[in-house]
Amino acid sequence: MKKLRDFEEDELFLQGSAACQGCPGSIALRVAFKALGRNTMLAVIASCTSVFQSPYPLSALGLPVINMAFATGGATASGLSAAADRLVKNGTFKEKPTILVWAGDGGTYDIGIQALSGAAERGTDFIYVCYNNEAYSNTGTQRSGATPYAAWTTNTVQGKEEWRKDVPQIMVAHGIPYVATASLAYPTDLYRKFAKAKEIKGTRYIEIQAPCPPGWKFPSSHTIKVARMAVQSGMWMLYEHEKGRTVYTGGTQRIIQAQSKLLPVEEYLQAQGRFKHLFSPEKDELRIAEIQGRINHIFDTLQFTHKMKEHIMDIELAPPR
Amino acid sequence: MRLVDTGNHIAAHAVRLSHVEVVSAYPITPQTQVIEEISRFISEGEMDCEYIPVESEHSAMAAMIGSASMGVRSFSATSSHGLAYMHELLHWAAGIRLPMVMVNVNRAMGPGWNIWCDHQDTLAARDTGWIQLHCASHQEVLDTVIQAFRISEDPLVTLPVMVCYDAIVISHNYMQVEIPEQETVDKFLPPFRSMWKLDFKHPFTHGSVIYPDDYEEVRYSMFEALESARDVIKKAASEYESAVGGYHGGLIETYQMEDADVALVAMGSIASEGRVAVDELRRKGHKCGLVRVRSYRPFPMQELRDVLSDLRAVMIIDRAISFGMEGPLYSEVKAVLYGKSDAEVYNLVTGLGGRDVTFEMIVENTEAALKGKMEQMSTWPTVRMNEHHMVSRRGLEEFWKEGSAQ
Repeated sequence: MKKLRDFEEDELFLQGSAACQGCPGSIALRVAFKALGRNTMLAVIASCTSVFQSPYPLSALGLPVINMAFATGGATASGLSAAADRLVKNGTFKEKPTILVWAGDGGTYDIGIQALSGAAERGTDFIYVCYNNEAYSNTGTQRSGATPYAAWTTNTVQGKEEWRKDVPQIMVAHGIPYVATASLAYPTDLYRKFAKAKEIKGTRYIEIQAPCPPGWKFPSSHTIKVARMAVQSGMWMLYEHEKGRTVYTGGTQRIIQAQSKLLPVEEYLQAQGRFKHLFSPEKDELRIAEIQGRINHIFDTLQFTHKMKEHIMDIELAPPR
Repeated sequence: MRLVDTGNHIAAHAVRLSHVEVVSAYPITPQTQVIEEISRFISEGEMDCEYIPVESEHSAMAAMIGSASMGVRSFSATSSHGLAYMHELLHWAAGIRLPMVMVNVNRAMGPGWNIWCDHQDTLAARDTGWIQLHCASHQEVLDTVIQAFRISEDPLVTLPVMVCYDAIVISHNYMQVEIPEQETVDKFLPPFRSMWKLDFKHPFTHGSVIYPDDYEEVRYSMFEALESARDVIKKAASEYESAVGGYHGGLIETYQMEDADVALVAMGSIASEGRVAVDELRRKGHKCGLVRVRSYRPFPMQELRDVLSDLRAVMIIDRAISFGMEGPLYSEVKAVLYGKSDAEVYNLVTGLGGRDVTFEMIVENTEAALKGKMEQMSTWPTVRMNEHHMVSRRGLEEFWKEGSAQ
């Protein structure tokens, strides 16, 4: 695996973006662009990235970019990919560019899931990225289908009552060739997953957890720290799924293989203001225990399977729900 | 080649002859035959094209925007609810200045479900920045789709074009059409050369945030492009006539207007029925003519002033209604004539949801207007109450009564 110093030096995410301090989206873009290189066509779906790429006539994106409406990610890629096939066929392009769609969790989990599902079913040849900041951060932090249970948003002021849905697993169920989850705290893992996805044909889905300082209410210098705690606590899992097999990576793999212990989720929750109501004025033992209980269930199962696999057979499970 | 076929199949032939490279569409009655025929052409090797079977009309237009933004000639077809569903992206396609052509088969909006013709769907898409051309015959559908690519891709325009024709009357009826040879069409329609496209050698960001300091200029440039489109549409029609053959008017088409003092104004297939009405009215001694609005956007402002200003009376037939106002075409013709004409201006709102529009009805109502038996406002000449309607109506009246009693 590459080390940080082995990353491409070519910077395609340029200076002067309008991103917030500590913005996870801009960090993710920088790593993704380095891994994918210049022969990439980018469609940015309505999200924070629509705004922080800088307003007309400036741009912090060093790739050819079309900005698109909210519910269009997968479909736009189908059009770009079909056109790219034509241009390869008539000799305009020597090789087919990577078609990259960049969307947030609102554009993926909620309004854009139909277009994404359609494109995946059609086998559209592209990489779909969901940078998941677990809320509608661009419009000031409203709940999304990706917002975790008990999290504060501006329209779940007592904490969200429902559990988040699992779009990476929905994409696994589409039978596409590559699904991966990633974290900013594991940049070599993130880079490797993009580099790998680039070489695969068909629909590839990469979801990056993107801790958002203003939305999650933590200091802007803590983005990477919070991202790491999410993985260490089991609130975010790192894996890749291809050819019917799920392989866990990075910090998630270490926990499953019992090389490191789960961080109590309480520590992760306490690092963010969006869970403050679970700790003051009184500690909400019940909801914290519910969250910890779910994580324990998932990791107990995965650790058990891992041990079984060493002894009996070669299987891997998708994360149980 | 002569062909007897449906309007939908004829449209597909026009797409084939236009060397379209990406088609992205979602099936909706009564448009389905267009995409079925295209997909047959592709599978039988008569057409070299990528076909994207999207999962919705919203996605159909999103995919079109994607393919056109790579500089590849793109086509779609839809109707009614499909057009409404992609409405957001109609704005997007025009605003980001991408040439493309889409057929819209004019169909009524639900509820209740109705697959027959009226113009409510396209007229509701009026202010999206698309050019809108309305056809009155099968041959015109073929010729206009081919012309539409030229218009759309013209450097002075670079806007999407919607080619509209009436459900069932044109979409499904069989008529004889002259299909031109490929070489002939190629002489008229050059390959697509895009004003802008995604290019990794020259990376640009398109469609990003635009502040109030710059936004109006973008909208003004679209306004200017639609103004330029007036001449481009007329030129495309006349050059098509000399290169390929077949002329159906520029922004308008007129019939028997040379000596007319009364005119019917209509769009789509009603205009064909209107010709029969004109003949009948002339037989009855009225100097009547017909003006068909072929280009709804850009609207033929000067052309209509030129032909209508000096008339005694104008009868505008709308196949749509602007609720809380009047027939939309009526409003616009009046706006064009404001301060320029003393003509009496009447309006029939009729043919909604596929109700038959007969020349007898047009003649009867036009004569009533000329005899001063009609107000200068929207009239609904074909609305009638049968026993089913009366049951509903009585229920409604009882509900009103209960409401006023409380």
